Amino acid sequence: MAAINITNVSKIYAGGVEAVKSVSIDIADGEFIVLVGPSGCGKSTLLRMVAGLEAISKGTVEIGDRVINDIEPAERDIAMVFQNYALYPHMTVYNNLAYGLKNRGTPKAEIDARVAEAARMLEIEQYLTRKPRALSGGQRQRVAMGRAIVRKPAAFLFDEPLSNLDAKLRVSMRGEIKQLQKRLGTTSLYVTHDQLEAMTLADRLVVLNGGQIEQIGRPLDVYHTPASTFVASFIGSPAMNLLRGTREGNQLHFGSQVLDLGRPAAFPGQITVGIRAEDLRIATTGEQALTMKVDYIEELGAQRLVHGTVDGKKLTASLSPEIEIAETLALSIAPERLHFFDADTGKRLAQPFAPSESRRVERLEIAGV
Amino acid sequence: MTNTPLPSTMSGTLAAPAAGGFFRRFRSAPSEPHFAKRVQFNSPLLPYLFLAPQMAIIFIFFYWPSVQAIQSSFYLEDPFGFGSTFVGFANYTDVLKSGEYLGIARFTAVFTALVTFFSLAIGLLLAVKADGVIKGNATYKTLLIWVYAIAPPVAGLMGMMLFDQHIGPLVKFAAFFGWDIKVGLDYNDTAFAMIVVSVWKQIPYNFIFFLSGLQGIPVSVREAALMDCRSGFRRFWTVTLPLLAPTAFFLLIINTTYALFDTFGVIDVMVKDKAANNPITLVYKVYMDGFRGNDLGGSSAQSVILMIIVFVLTIFQFRFIERRVHYN
Repeated sequence: MAAINITNVSKIYAGGVEAVKSVSIDIADGEFIVLVGPSGCGKSTLLRMVAGLEAISKGTVEIGDRVINDIEPAERDIAMVFQNYALYPHMTVYNNLAYGLKNRGTPKAEIDARVAEAARMLEIEQYLTRKPRALSGGQRQRVAMGRAIVRKPAAFLFDEPLSNLDAKLRVSMRGEIKQLQKRLGTTSLYVTHDQLEAMTLADRLVVLNGGQIEQIGRPLDVYHTPASTFVASFIGSPAMNLLRGTREGNQLHFGSQVLDLGRPAAFPGQITVGIRAEDLRIATTGEQALTMKVDYIEELGAQRLVHGTVDGKKLTASLSPEIEIAETLALSIAPERLHFFDADTGKRLAQPFAPSESRRVERLEIAGV
Repeated sequence: MTNTPLPSTMSGTLAAPAAGGFFRRFRSAPSEPHFAKRVQFNSPLLPYLFLAPQMAIIFIFFYWPSVQAIQSSFYLEDPFGFGSTFVGFANYTDVLKSGEYLGIARFTAVFTALVTFFSLAIGLLLAVKADGVIKGNATYKTLLIWVYAIAPPVAGLMGMMLFDQHIGPLVKFAAFFGWDIKVGLDYNDTAFAMIVVSVWKQIPYNFIFFLSGLQGIPVSVREAALMDCRSGFRRFWTVTLPLLAPTAFFLLIINTTYALFDTFGVIDVMVKDKAANNPITLVYKVYMDGFRGNDLGGSSAQSVILMIIVFVLTIFQFRFIERRVHYN
């Protein structure tokens, strides 16, 4: 177990393409960090540089106070779980687990004990004599996990390990990975493009875009105070509604529609306003509201997603299924629930109102301690 | 004589692990998933019609001559074609009692073992080295494969010229170390040249298959091995080679038959019109006795013996070696 310090790491390919641009992340011992972003954002490249499968062009990676830039992958004291499992097809499950230990000269008795322990933990004891091809996708993924566990490495690296599983299995494996990591307390770096996976697994999220870090933070902090429009639209499902508007005095204008902030705000004239679908509610009579023209409804059971337009701009509201949906809806939102972003850079503007949801949660946590 | 099956899957892409699929057909493994789409024919005769040309070729060029050979191996043929006498197993006992024949059999065994081993080993070495270099470099890969496009007889002729008494660079090179190579005169020198040229001719073929096999190994499996095992040599023996086993097994059979039969041309060029004390293999002996000595009966008996040897060898390979082969 060890801390991982990634300092100003860049990846520059032969053609001059910069896949990762001066990324720095400090990972505490035992922490579960999830790198999340769309494909091509450099998250896998970053992970592979930590693993030693890609050379580090610039910067340093330290694992437990040891710079590992020029150290062989096998010597880095890490274990990796691959997307397509990457099990050795010609070896039995037992040998797949034992292979890394054998190569390190671990005594036979200890190999047996460690394999047995990992197999018990992952409930793959009855498959130890089988070859990978006789296993299902979920079982193969467990074996891949087992191969990482038996090594007792300083850190686990996960490269989209659940992407090849079906939806139901993915959810249950997600839970197992989380529990296992908590139990073992091994520092983990996990790559995914699935924001839900990222939210549920991470101690801290690292949102990457175009090779750069957009935001690092705890899942709820990232969700409630996204640092940019990119993070706002990437984290959370449905994505946060982003509406371009202009501020005139205390009012926000979306084309012909107006939202009164009720108090002065020091914003530039042109801004992007972010609205979470679940923060919208049906306006009571006489309350100021946005009028939405309903296009279609997605029923999710516990709630329903109502998709429509406000002054020609797309808007999604998450409403209780009990509410009757008319062709147009009057929706209101508390001004302190609004997110404001710079219209040009997309960066978050400071909230001028009451503390945001996440800060309130933080305070409750502090109060609870 | 056998014809070496051309790797038809090679023509398009190099990525196809052809060998695995080639031999899987011979195995009755119900657990193997069938990826090929099952085709329904409207008429039950149609599939047989499609098979007919291949079956005809096999029948005309393999079964029929085989039956003929077995038949004539029991007869003593008149050299001028005036008739034949049934002699039972006399042709076989004559051959197997002959010291000369047994000597040639011994040489054939050594020759086959050496040619197979070195052509496989060098082909594999080159493929492993090339695989390390060419990743993603299609142009370089194509250039390497072009070697295979040189027609085997031309390659054989070029090999022969390397050992030419007057202009052969290898002869001059050996002379530099005080070794006076006399191909066609000295038994051991001739054997050496035969083996070198035979190996040399077969290397590109093995190279292509091994390279394709190597590229068929998933990158992530290699990467996993990279994290599990520090020593590159050990990684090769424990991960790469076992995954290459289907290709290697296929090549083992192909190379054995190559060394036994298809080296005929090399031997012929080297020992033709030369003094009798030269190494030859069993298949060349069949030719010599049959077409030079006009002893068709004895020659037929020899080819039947050869057929049995290949049959036994192939069964042995499938039973005892293929068991260790892992098909992915």
